[in-house]
Amino acid sequence: MKPFEQIVAEHGPMVLRVCRAVLGEADAEDAWSETFLAALKAYPELPADANVQAWLVTIAHRKAVDVTRAQARRPVPVGEVPDRPGRADGWDGDLWDALARLPDKQRTAVAYHYLAGLPYREIAEITGGSTDAARRAAADGIKALRATYPLEGARS
Amino acid sequence: MTDIFASLPVTYELNPNRLHERLTAAAEREGLLDVAYRTVDSPVGPLLLAATSQGLVKVAFDRQDHDAVLVALAEAISPRILRAPARLDTVARQLDEYFAGGRRTFDVPLDFRLAHGFRLSVLEHLPEIDYGRTESYAQVAAAAGSPKAVRAVGTACALNPLPVVVPCHRVVRSDGSYGQYAGGEEAKRTLLTMEAA
Repeated sequence: MKPFEQIVAEHGPMVLRVCRAVLGEADAEDAWSETFLAALKAYPELPADANVQAWLVTIAHRKAVDVTRAQARRPVPVGEVPDRPGRADGWDGDLWDALARLPDKQRTAVAYHYLAGLPYREIAEITGGSTDAARRAAADGIKALRATYPLEGARS
Repeated sequence: MTDIFASLPVTYELNPNRLHERLTAAAEREGLLDVAYRTVDSPVGPLLLAATSQGLVKVAFDRQDHDAVLVALAEAISPRILRAPARLDTVARQLDEYFAGGRRTFDVPLDFRLAHGFRLSVLEHLPEIDYGRTESYAQVAAAAGSPKAVRAVGTACALNPLPVVVPCHRVVRSDGSYGQYAGGEEAKRTLLTMEAA
């Protein structure tokens, strides 16, 4: 079994991108820390043939659900409209914003498929629902991203 | 599409240490940090230091391959291993003092779980050999209670999980030559020359 430090080094950036995409900037770091802390706890029992990537995303997903539920119980802050930079200031920020505006199902499907590289079958296991539904949610999400955000030609 | 997402900047890449420190601090607090490690520079090359909650459990030279040592610790102790320098601050400071010539003994808790039986008896005797002195393998065998076990003393020294701190470098051949050392004969020469100065 690899020392856990190696798991953090190999998968840390991917998990942070996923947390950032699913939860937004404010909660991403908390979710990252909690995901790896929970992973560290369970790590000795992880089967040798387990897909570490899928395992970490599963934990991150649970943490994201916890955060979202906690937020739903808190009064929603209104009027906090982020100052979005224009294209010239860097389109990366725009893409995060575009992701944030997607419905939950589409956002998680896009994040888990395109950022974590998981197949739709595994995404369905994590989020519930069918493989086809996960594939459709990701496709719809990408379509919406392309509409709000002209990705074509930006970098490919 | 994937390429575009992969280039999204996130804090982890801008400041990988801050998140990592947060994780190790939380792991320590929750009692999940079974093995903490760090490396330090020294006159005998980079040293890997690893500690359990009970104490220093492993010191390894560069030539022992630090990655391989960590994998072995994962097998022997626990895979809950993180680079977490804080737990090793005291021993790192004492090693600095030792290599600067200002310290003759180490005063940190030691975890001897990687040594058993006769090997452990040998290791327990080694700190009794004073700084700047040496003993032969035969003398150590006698002190550890088995005068005939000279070769076993050699093995115990070669496999010492805590070299430098537990001074197996002070055990030399009866003819005065250095003999083998986990850090290489050159490292043993460096330590003994330093201590003799």
